[in-house]
Amino acid sequence: MKSSSPDFQFLSKKAKEIRGEILKMVHRANSGHLGGSLGSADLLVALYYHIMQHNPDNPGWDKRDRFILSKGHCTPVIYAILADIGYFPKEDLLTFRRPGSHLQGHPYQPKTPGIEASTGTLGLGISTAMGMALAAKLKGESHHYYVLCGDGEIQEGQVWEAAMFANKYELNNVVAFVDRNYLQTDGHSEDIMPLDPLAPKWESFGWQVHTIDGHNYSQIIETVQMAKRSSKPTMIIANTIKGKGVSFMENQVEWHGKPTSQDEFDLAISQLNN
Amino acid sequence: MAEEIPNLVVLDADVAKATQTCDFQAVYPDRFFNCGVQEQNMFSVAAGLALEGFIPFASTFGVFATCRAGDQLRNSIAYPKLNVKIGATHCGITTGGDGASHQANEDIAITRSLPNMTILVPGDYEEAKQVTRFAAFYKGPVYLRFGRDAYPIIPLIHSPIAVGKGKLLQEGLDITLISTGIMVSEVLIAAELLLTKGISSRVIHMPCVKPLDQDIVIKAARETRGIVTAEEHSIIGGLGEAVAGTVSQFQPTWVERIGIADVFGESGQAGELMDKYGLRAKNIVDAVFRILEK
Repeated sequence: MKSSSPDFQFLSKKAKEIRGEILKMVHRANSGHLGGSLGSADLLVALYYHIMQHNPDNPGWDKRDRFILSKGHCTPVIYAILADIGYFPKEDLLTFRRPGSHLQGHPYQPKTPGIEASTGTLGLGISTAMGMALAAKLKGESHHYYVLCGDGEIQEGQVWEAAMFANKYELNNVVAFVDRNYLQTDGHSEDIMPLDPLAPKWESFGWQVHTIDGHNYSQIIETVQMAKRSSKPTMIIANTIKGKGVSFMENQVEWHGKPTSQDEFDLAISQLNN
Repeated sequence: MAEEIPNLVVLDADVAKATQTCDFQAVYPDRFFNCGVQEQNMFSVAAGLALEGFIPFASTFGVFATCRAGDQLRNSIAYPKLNVKIGATHCGITTGGDGASHQANEDIAITRSLPNMTILVPGDYEEAKQVTRFAAFYKGPVYLRFGRDAYPIIPLIHSPIAVGKGKLLQEGLDITLISTGIMVSEVLIAAELLLTKGISSRVIHMPCVKPLDQDIVIKAARETRGIVTAEEHSIIGGLGEAVAGTVSQFQPTWVERIGIADVFGESGQAGELMDKYGLRAKNIVDAVFRILEK
């Protein structure tokens, strides 16, 4: 956590830039996941530009905070941020989803600087983060593990295995988020496989739970501060708007995983710039 | 080994008494993590521990290690090539009474098809200790395949383990017998039976199924009249197909595969099942004659 008070204007400006890069990456690749990437951009911007201690010049710095993208399909948002911060050249974004690129469709830790864990099939990331957080406990290290899950993702049984594990081993160095946008590939989450009431589920698994507006930097940052003082692992249910920032994508399930036409792309960029 | 490697940790999924990781737990309770009945979580947790510099041994039954947690084995461990060791026990049909649901007869096939995996299958208790120790010092994902029961100790196979290296147990001119795992016992009996009939067998033991020692296989194909493989595993995707694939490319010859046919097993005692499913020395001898009579 940066000691200075958050500069909300700066974070908003960054989020707008990142959303622009997300649109460009997916449009160029003609493939990728726009909705969740745009929707979670504010969370990741708050983490990478204000909350987390990390150093792009030394990605392996052992005291760094770690971020694990458990909803691994949202690579556009994390690649855009890692490039902007300087983990790898911005030109690399041109190679997203192309043969030979280190920027795979889903995160691949051995190749991409700044990616902490390989994820992709849902549920792996939060579980892997538990192993990493346990390792930090064993070594007496005090950094934190930030995890982003999709709400559709937490329908996976493995997520609840990880939830039990965190409780057993008192992994209060884990601060996880559910990107709660109520949409998944096939439709509305409560139609596909209901998750509500979600907060009591996590509470009953022994987690501290907060529910916030996932586009409100002040709420994100203050809640993480509380989470870091918790004696339990924390789940932050972040209510978000899938496709946030582009009016015709907001809350539209069809924008989960499809690329833009040229007209759609131009319109989306013009909306971000207004 | 735990003293030599302070960052070695052990995970189990509520079968610690069966896999005997409980022995490690008794001595190193702070380095042992029982994940409960959560094989999937256990494998991803092991990946996380490896990412932070630990050397995790994650142990469960072979069926769970390859099928129940197959996604985690593939995507959390093999794909990023993490330094996780899978201690898969109760493999093969000799798992016995629990029946087909618990008999991993396809685990070698599954792990062989995963890039980055090394597969070690010991033939007896001493070699089981050898491969375990080897895996601890080897960097990368390793699948250790163990059976449930105790089998005869065969000092002949206790030469050092090396990745991609078979062990030549006996020179021979007429036929080559290649085993992995506990089938080494049956192969050695078969070689003796064949000798009484005047047939000289070259005997090779393959504790490392992947990567396969292609040189020793090609040499055998060149210098003897054919190869019989023996494994306590499906004839699909295991040692037999690895050998057949090698010789068909580099030195074509006859290959007979002794193993479990394309069927699920059933409950029974280990010995009864080895008889019924054709995993005995006499089955190997019959296969040798099928080749020599061609």
